[in-house]
Amino acid sequence: MNFQAIKVIFQYEMLRTWETMFQSVASPVLSTSLYFIVFGSAIGSRIQSIEGVSYGMFIVPGLTMLTLLTQSIANASFGIFFPKFSGSIYEIHSAPISFFEILVGYVGAAATKSLIIGFIILLTASFFVDLNIAHPVWMMTFLILTCVSFSLFGFIIGLWADDFEKLQIIPLLVITPLVFLGGSFYSVSMLPPFWQTVTMFNPVVYLISGFRWSFFEVSDVSVGVSLSVILVFLATCIAVVGWMFKTGYRIKQ
Amino acid sequence: MQAIVSIKNLSKVYDSGHRALNDINLDIAEGEILALLGPNGAGKTTLISIICGIVSASSGSVTVNGFDNVTDYRCSRELIGLVPQELTLNAFDTVMNGIRFSRGLFGRKKDDAYLERLLKELSLLDKKNAELRELSGGMKRRVLIAKALSHEPRILFLDEPTAGVDVELRKDMWNIVRRLRDSGVTIILTTHYIEEAEEIADRIGVISKGELLLVEDKQALMHELGKKQLIIELKEAVSHLPSSLADYDLALSGEGRKLIYTYDTTGDSTGITALLQAIHNEGLTLKDLQTTQSSLEDIFVDLVRINPSPPEQQKVLA
Repeated sequence: MNFQAIKVIFQYEMLRTWETMFQSVASPVLSTSLYFIVFGSAIGSRIQSIEGVSYGMFIVPGLTMLTLLTQSIANASFGIFFPKFSGSIYEIHSAPISFFEILVGYVGAAATKSLIIGFIILLTASFFVDLNIAHPVWMMTFLILTCVSFSLFGFIIGLWADDFEKLQIIPLLVITPLVFLGGSFYSVSMLPPFWQTVTMFNPVVYLISGFRWSFFEVSDVSVGVSLSVILVFLATCIAVVGWMFKTGYRIKQ
Repeated sequence: MQAIVSIKNLSKVYDSGHRALNDINLDIAEGEILALLGPNGAGKTTLISIICGIVSASSGSVTVNGFDNVTDYRCSRELIGLVPQELTLNAFDTVMNGIRFSRGLFGRKKDDAYLERLLKELSLLDKKNAELRELSGGMKRRVLIAKALSHEPRILFLDEPTAGVDVELRKDMWNIVRRLRDSGVTIILTTHYIEEAEEIADRIGVISKGELLLVEDKQALMHELGKKQLIIELKEAVSHLPSSLADYDLALSGEGRKLIYTYDTTGDSTGITALLQAIHNEGLTLKDLQTTQSSLEDIFVDLVRINPSPPEQQKVLA
C-alpha cells in the first residue's frame, strides 16, 4: 500500500481548498444564509410549523443536504477532471499507485471538504434557528455516508467527463432538481397523493428524510429505508468505479 | 549487455484500429543514453507510454530491472521518471509544491533538502515558490524534469525534450542529460531532431510506422551506414562524363565543373586512386578536392525511405 501517495493526493486536494477558500467555504455559507433569510425568516414566518417543527428549523437538514450533495460532486469531479484536462494525469498513471489508492486520495479529500462545509452550514444555521439534534450519531452517520457516496459519484463524473459541459451537466440538470424536489423545503406529506407517489422515486427524498429524522425524529419514510437507500447508492458507486478501474474505461488507452 | 529495460514482442493496436507498435523487441542497457528517432506518429510516445504504464500493451511484455511492468508495476514504476512531451502542468501550482507532490506519488517521504539540490542543479531554486504560470516555456520544461527526478529514479524517459525550444536552451538541456548520465541514470529520449541524437546518444533506435527498424551504437551506425563523397572540382568544365569514367559511381554537377564520387568506407578499396588515375588519363585538370561524410540525418532519411511512412508523416519529415 502506497500510503505516502494517498497522503500527498489528499493534502494536494485539501491545499486547493484552502487556496480557493472564498469559493470553497464562503460561497456555500453565504448561499445558506440567504436561504435562511428568504425561506426561514421572510417566508417561514408566515408558514405554520410542520409536524411540530418550526419551518426555519425544518429546512436546516434539507439545506445542508443541498450543499453537501452539490459540493461533494463538484469537489470530487473537479479534483480528478482537472489533471485530465491539464494533462498532468500522466503522473498518476505512471506512479507506483493502485487505482484504489487514487480513489481513497481523491474521494477522501472531497468527502472531508464536504464534511467541513456541512459543519460550517450547521454552524451558520445555529445563528438563525435554535438547532437541536436528537440523534447526533445518526446525524454524523448520514452526513459521512452522504459525503462519501456523492464524492464517489462525483469522481465517476470526473472520470467520465471529457469537457467542462459534461462535468457540469449532471450536477446542474439532475442533482439540483432532485434535491429541490426531494423535500428540502417541504414535507412530502404536504404534496397531493399523486405527486407523493412520484416523489418516492427520487432517491434524494430518502437522504433528506433520514437526515431530518436524526434532527427532529420527523421523517417522510422510515430511517431504515433511508439508510438502505444510501447504502445501495454507495455500493452502486463503488461497483461502477470498480468496473471503470478494471476495464480502464475513460482512464487508460 | 546488462539490460535494465527489456521489451519483448510488444505490439499496440488502439481501439480505432490503428496499429501504433508492431512486435517491438529492445533491450536498454543500464547507464546508456538511447535515442529513439522517428517521424511524428512513428510510435515513439506510445512505446514510452507503455513502458511507464500510461498505455496498456495489446501484446508482448516489458520488464524493468527484471520486474514485469504490469504484474510488478509498483517495483518497475519506482525506477522510472518520465518527462512528457507536452508542458502538462497545473498552472496554479508552485514549483516546490509540484515536485513534492510528484515525489510523494512515488512513495518517497518528504525531503526538501534533496528537492532544493535538484532545483539548484536545474537552475530553478530561485523560482521554487513561483507559480508555474509565471514561468517561461523553458523553465516549465525544467520543472517537468525536476518532477521526473524528484523520486530519484534510475531510468529517465524524455519524450521530445527539446521540442519547440530555442538552440541555447536545447544545448543546455543536452548538458543536463549528460550530467544525469554521468550520475548513473539510464536515459531514453525520443526525438525527431537528428542532431540531438547525433550529439548526445550512445545508441540510436529508428522507429517508423510502429516498427523498430534498427538499434545500433551511434558510431557503428554512422560507420556502417555512412557513405562518403569525394567532390572533384575541375579547372575546366566538361559537357558530359567521359566514357572511360562510366564504370565509377560519378555524378556531374556545378555546370560541368564538379564530379561527385560516392564510395563506401567499409569496402576493401575505395577506388579513389584508380578514379584519379582515370581522370588524369582523360586529360582533365583538377582544381580542388573535398570529401564529405553522410550525417545521421542522411542515414535516417534513407532508412525511412526504404520503409516509407504514410503521406502525412512524409510531409512532416520534409
